[in-house]
Amino acid sequence: MPHDGHDHDHGGSELSPIALRVKALESLLVEKGYVDPAALDVLIETYETKVGPRDGARVVAKAWSDAEFADWLKRDATAAIASLGFQGRQGEHMVALFNTPKIHNMVVCTLCSCYPWPVLGLPPVWYKSPPYRSRAVIDPRGVLGDFSVSLPADAEVRVWDSTAEIRYLVIPLRPKGTDGWSEKRLAELVTRDAMIGTGLARSPS
Amino acid sequence: MNGPQDLGGMMGFGPVVPETDEPVFHAEWERRAFALVLAIGALGRWNLDIARHARERIPPATYLASSYYEIWLRGMITLLKENGLITAEEIESGKPSAPAQGNLRIVKGDMVEGVLAKGGPSSRPSPAPALYKPGDKVRTRNIHPTGHTRLPRYARGHAGEIVTVHGAHVFPDSSSQRKGDDPQWLYTVRFAASEVWGRPSRDKIHADLWEPYLEAL
Repeated sequence: MPHDGHDHDHGGSELSPIALRVKALESLLVEKGYVDPAALDVLIETYETKVGPRDGARVVAKAWSDAEFADWLKRDATAAIASLGFQGRQGEHMVALFNTPKIHNMVVCTLCSCYPWPVLGLPPVWYKSPPYRSRAVIDPRGVLGDFSVSLPADAEVRVWDSTAEIRYLVIPLRPKGTDGWSEKRLAELVTRDAMIGTGLARSPS
Repeated sequence: MNGPQDLGGMMGFGPVVPETDEPVFHAEWERRAFALVLAIGALGRWNLDIARHARERIPPATYLASSYYEIWLRGMITLLKENGLITAEEIESGKPSAPAQGNLRIVKGDMVEGVLAKGGPSSRPSPAPALYKPGDKVRTRNIHPTGHTRLPRYARGHAGEIVTVHGAHVFPDSSSQRKGDDPQWLYTVRFAASEVWGRPSRDKIHADLWEPYLEAL
């Protein structure tokens, strides 16, 4: 088990209060027969190692390379994304938001932590925390500044608050100087933050 | 409810601090808490809206001082107790002392992949024709329900425009109170930031809002 400074697992006696509490709760729920420990292991493995932003990066790279796929994403993102094998929990109703030189899209969930799990995995801590959730709607350009992103003054910021079960994936602008690149190579330029809208795709240089 | 979860537009929390190369989980207990919340949720004793409302009922000072997995954990413990799955005494002792409930859908390890792939779509057959279409001007109602709602405070009482009609979806305000799915039309509504915040801006804010939150303009 990785160590992190808060939660050292040295035989149990040094566990933090919350770690002890979770351990006791898990034992209780397993003993009562409500939970299969094997299911917990599969859930953790899935979101720690199998699902993540590289999946969303594949969607973006394909949208950049394949006009027909991009059009499908615009019309029915759920189906287009499912065609690449990404679907299910917290991605049942997908919408793709295409950035343009004049429109920058940015996604937030002010009420909780709604996030497109099948394409981005689980959200980072900042996405779920009060600074982002409070400011994304009232001061999106200030938030972008926290991410060292500055937009042209004539660009419009479109903030999308995920208040229902619609989940949003931002399709960032394709960086210049990438003509003829393969989808695989393009995908390496697509960061998680670019797909939330708090970043831009990496430049090839 | 006007609870601590409704953060849009609040001030004073400081800058967003992204973490470089952030791990998916920051401690082993977060891994276990995350998986427990999903596995216990899959038992089917409550739905997503009830789970969200349980988190919103955490007292504001505690909510704001808690990490997100702590919030999930507190919400789950509340629901485990309220639904009689475990008792306060069992939480205290860590040992089972009351009989376990039956007729629950226990998710086994080999079922997880299928459960996640299936997900839980919220779309439902529409009960009646939609009142609005893209381009229609609407105003959000100025409502302050004491139960669960997905109309944020900052978006109440403002004029906006319908941009997308998403079909009918489970209505959280009803579903969170065990009043059935009560499907209602769901729309993406676009607001000018200047309308919402009362100062000049070229920016736009969108929220996904159900028909009962809206009135025609």
